[in-house]
Amino acid sequence: MTGNVSVLAEHWRGRISEATFETLALGREVADQLGVPLTAILTGWNSRHLAQALGVADAVIYIDHPLLAEVIPQVSAEALVQVLEKARPRVLMVPLTNISLAISTFVGTRLGVPVVNFCKDVRVVNGRLDACCVLYGGKIEATVETGEPSGPQPAILGIWPGARPAEKGRVERTVPVTDRAVVLEDTRGIQLTKYIEPEAGDVDLTKEDVLVAVGRGIQDKANLGLAEELAKTLGGVVCGSRPVIDQGWLPLSRQVGKSGLTVKPKLYVALGISGAPEHVEGMKDSGLIVAVNSDPRAPIFHVAHYGIVGDVLETLPVLTEAVGARKAATHHA
Amino acid sequence: MHILVLLKMVPDVVEELEIAADGRALDLEYLRMILSESDDHALEQALLLKEKYGGKVTVLALDAPEVDDALFTAAAKGADRVMKIAGQDAGFTTRQAARILSLVIADEPGVMPVDLILTGVQAIDDLDGLVAPLVADDLNMPYLGIITGVALDVSAGTARAVKEYPAGVRGEFQIRLPAVLGIQAAEKPPRYVPVAKIRMAMKSIKIEGVEVPTLADGGWPLVNVLEMKRNEPAGHAEMLEGSAGEVSSRLCGILAERGLF
Repeated sequence: MTGNVSVLAEHWRGRISEATFETLALGREVADQLGVPLTAILTGWNSRHLAQALGVADAVIYIDHPLLAEVIPQVSAEALVQVLEKARPRVLMVPLTNISLAISTFVGTRLGVPVVNFCKDVRVVNGRLDACCVLYGGKIEATVETGEPSGPQPAILGIWPGARPAEKGRVERTVPVTDRAVVLEDTRGIQLTKYIEPEAGDVDLTKEDVLVAVGRGIQDKANLGLAEELAKTLGGVVCGSRPVIDQGWLPLSRQVGKSGLTVKPKLYVALGISGAPEHVEGMKDSGLIVAVNSDPRAPIFHVAHYGIVGDVLETLPVLTEAVGARKAATHHA
Repeated sequence: MHILVLLKMVPDVVEELEIAADGRALDLEYLRMILSESDDHALEQALLLKEKYGGKVTVLALDAPEVDDALFTAAAKGADRVMKIAGQDAGFTTRQAARILSLVIADEPGVMPVDLILTGVQAIDDLDGLVAPLVADDLNMPYLGIITGVALDVSAGTARAVKEYPAGVRGEFQIRLPAVLGIQAAEKPPRYVPVAKIRMAMKSIKIEGVEVPTLADGGWPLVNVLEMKRNEPAGHAEMLEGSAGEVSSRLCGILAERGLF
């Protein structure tokens, strides 16, 4: 595996995550450019069968241990370190998700190798690996050298969801699987006691054709009514980004993004949402995305099809009225 | 119960971010620094725990522009002790900052013992790692991140923490204390504190200065930023321009064309 490109194949509740397939697709490209094999590293307990979904890789390393049944980042990192210490790949890509967050930091610090977070792309430049990182809530792009080819390896790269289409990394194929044993003593006093399923909300966002999403730009709970009016007129419902949910202005069942739901409505209207990667992850595949934001540099305009630079509170009532009038005219025509 | 909160200042991204002349960093001169959002939640979670279980909250931060304001605000909200690590002449990477924090936590009189260390799960500039797991590793404590709720069982020496998973699912964990938790969101939104109270804190509370410890050979390879640029939104969204009425009317036309009415 020394010199290889490796990807941590993350799985949760019996399924390989979408972010893993996306990361594998990126890993495949980088491996091909370097002319080295792509290895997927799978950890778990009685999870060996999941390797067959990792057919885009040339080989799979499977680490089986009862303490790896649930992902506890410190414990997963300990297992990875034992394997990586022996055969050092050139790079280990780790999906940046709520499941695997912190694994890259732990592995990097224990191995004394570079860690680069927030990568949306990795390029091979004269044999060197440069990461393109999205920083400062999506406002800045940085090109980062991920360590010298002769320096300590592997470079540990945290990969944002959406780096590549998941379909490109989803290949069902029998791949050679190598088992690696690790010694793990305990879970460091960390134990999952139960999962708490999301409370069913009054609506299922994933089934709606039209979503009107509000972010920090809505400023106050009292202004939610304006968004609800627009949603009603468009025949949709209101949802929100993290700050709105954290403020308690909308229930958890209405959250879109990393910790919330992934939605693909026909129309997604983003109001006062800056477009941090954590939110975009949950709505980027919507059919038509319209964004209203007072900041012309808001990253939401990267993903939107149509953008309006303006004050949300001023734009909303005018837009609602226009939609209402247009609908009435269409229906009477 | 002694809870330690680690705070970090980050650029306010609502403001325009300028790139430094060398094209490899932000131009510090034009930055407005604010408390990292998830650190604000970590502080709130610590104060909620103090109110519920008693004990003491200590706040520790590395020196940065506006950090005094953040520390006085923390004191006005109810933190018992506020400390600032001063004396550095340059910004640190997250890995360096975490090592400095760990050294101060371990060596500065009166910081240890702690029962819980809370900090934000992630900051917008954590390019080379996350503070919470790094500090946990240095101090040999258990770590869990993306936490949105904490309860304590003081007699058992454990905490119960709720971690977010994808799709609205959460996991409840039991963790042995002392532990480090990366807070995503406190159970309640961070409290508001009137300016008058912050002014009072400025008069009555002293920020304890701690000299920045010397880092031995870092032992961590630094990542090298080759280029930084503003993420220009041009190129994707078609921008509709004009008065609110004009853009609304155009948008209606577009929605109608696509059969969305």
